[in-house]
Amino acid sequence: MPTIYDIDTGGKAPALEARDLSVFYGSKVAVKEISLTIPANRVVALIGPSGCGKSTLLRCLNRMNDLVSGARVEGEVAFRGKNLYDTDVDPVEVRRRIGMVFQKPNPFPKSIYENTAFGPRINGFRGDLDSLVEQSLRQAALWDEVHDRLSDSAYALSGGQQQRLCIARTLAVKPEIVLMDEPASALDPIATQRIEELIYELKKEYTIIIVTHNMQQAARISDYTAFLYMGELIEYGPTESIFTNPREERTEAYVTGRFG
Amino acid sequence: MTIEQKPRRHFHDELDTLQKRLMQMAGIVERSLGVATDAVDSRDPTVAATIMSDDDRVDELEVEIDERVMELLALHQPMATDLRQIIASNKVANDLERIGDHAVNIAKAARRLADTNPLPKLRELTEMTEITREMVSDALAAYVSRNAGTARMVCVTDDKVDNLRRSLFRILVTHMLEDPKRIGAALELLLVSQNLERIADLSTNIAEDVVFLVEGRTIKHGMDGHQVLDSDEDDALD
Repeated sequence: MPTIYDIDTGGKAPALEARDLSVFYGSKVAVKEISLTIPANRVVALIGPSGCGKSTLLRCLNRMNDLVSGARVEGEVAFRGKNLYDTDVDPVEVRRRIGMVFQKPNPFPKSIYENTAFGPRINGFRGDLDSLVEQSLRQAALWDEVHDRLSDSAYALSGGQQQRLCIARTLAVKPEIVLMDEPASALDPIATQRIEELIYELKKEYTIIIVTHNMQQAARISDYTAFLYMGELIEYGPTESIFTNPREERTEAYVTGRFG
Repeated sequence: MTIEQKPRRHFHDELDTLQKRLMQMAGIVERSLGVATDAVDSRDPTVAATIMSDDDRVDELEVEIDERVMELLALHQPMATDLRQIIASNKVANDLERIGDHAVNIAKAARRLADTNPLPKLRELTEMTEITREMVSDALAAYVSRNAGTARMVCVTDDKVDNLRRSLFRILVTHMLEDPKRIGAALELLLVSQNLERIADLSTNIAEDVVFLVEGRTIKHGMDGHQVLDSDEDDALD
């Protein structure tokens, strides 16, 4: 049984709740019966050694695993009173409301403007697109650097800027939750710091779940940390407890760098 | 489920060195305290010089420990037990350095005491000395063995030392009032008791750090719900 601390949801309903979630790739179990409550407007970090299932778990939270052939999910992910895996749920709509940012910045071969406007356009957005693009770029802390060259190719941006553009693109469709899979691992320390500051800002409006290999990063930016090992949730609680005084021996061994 | 444990060699070597330095420091301080208090008992003026030069070594070690702590924190970003151990080492080093200073004060008092008219043996002082020395060695033993139980006992014992100090204060003042020729010795012993009481407080700090190290919990200033008597508050000597 995992050690799970009291999670303070700040009086709000949890943003997301995984219940007995398991993921199989063929006959191999990648995630074993994980239950996890994600409080709203908080940053939750998923940590653990390579192959522990943290990215798989993350991808389950917006049905991104549907796209992986041979992947099978059991259990529930409750979002706004609904199980995301119910048959009447539209996975595309799920991914709009629960956005995802990937490890490598993956802008489209289009302009900065068009990258940001892409999601709203295909979702049939009928408002003021210019102001939505500006708002999204501002939220992603990129506006000041690109406002006078919105028609330039996204590829003209630096890696860190491209990643912030991808975050802007995710925010433009007004998600409620943003999943981030190692969003800063391909970036230099300065760009990493900007992404971290951005995450801190974003949690006022969004709930963020982040997978990171960088333990110091998890410690710096998250409110709650979940430690996974070999597909199992070992310990989940306030980040300061996990990093200063973990209750589970395996968490202790991992955060002190004794294995992993 | 088994976990293959691969220690971070470089980091843990550094951490081991930090602990070795701390133990070196503890050894010197404990010995100095023993020698200084024996010198009070035997009115031996000769030990002060040795204790002072030992204290220089203690000071050097404290500086070295400070530097190592800073380096470990900056370069390795330690977590969990490692982090608590480093923080605790830093605090314990600080407390040891101050215990060392008090041992010097006691040795100097012993040196001056040799020139005064002796007082009759004071049972309270002997007892206070014994308990304080035990507190120091128990706190250090608790640190080495990571024993929170022993550490908590040290904290409790501190009250005894505070009470003995109050008794000694009254006894020594009575001696001074009865015979002005005893004032010199009584004043020195008063100073010794004051230093012992401080040492007992510092051992309590070390013991509290042991609990923090082992359990990740702060117990000082009554933070764990226990009422802690602050020995300094109602005292005429401070």
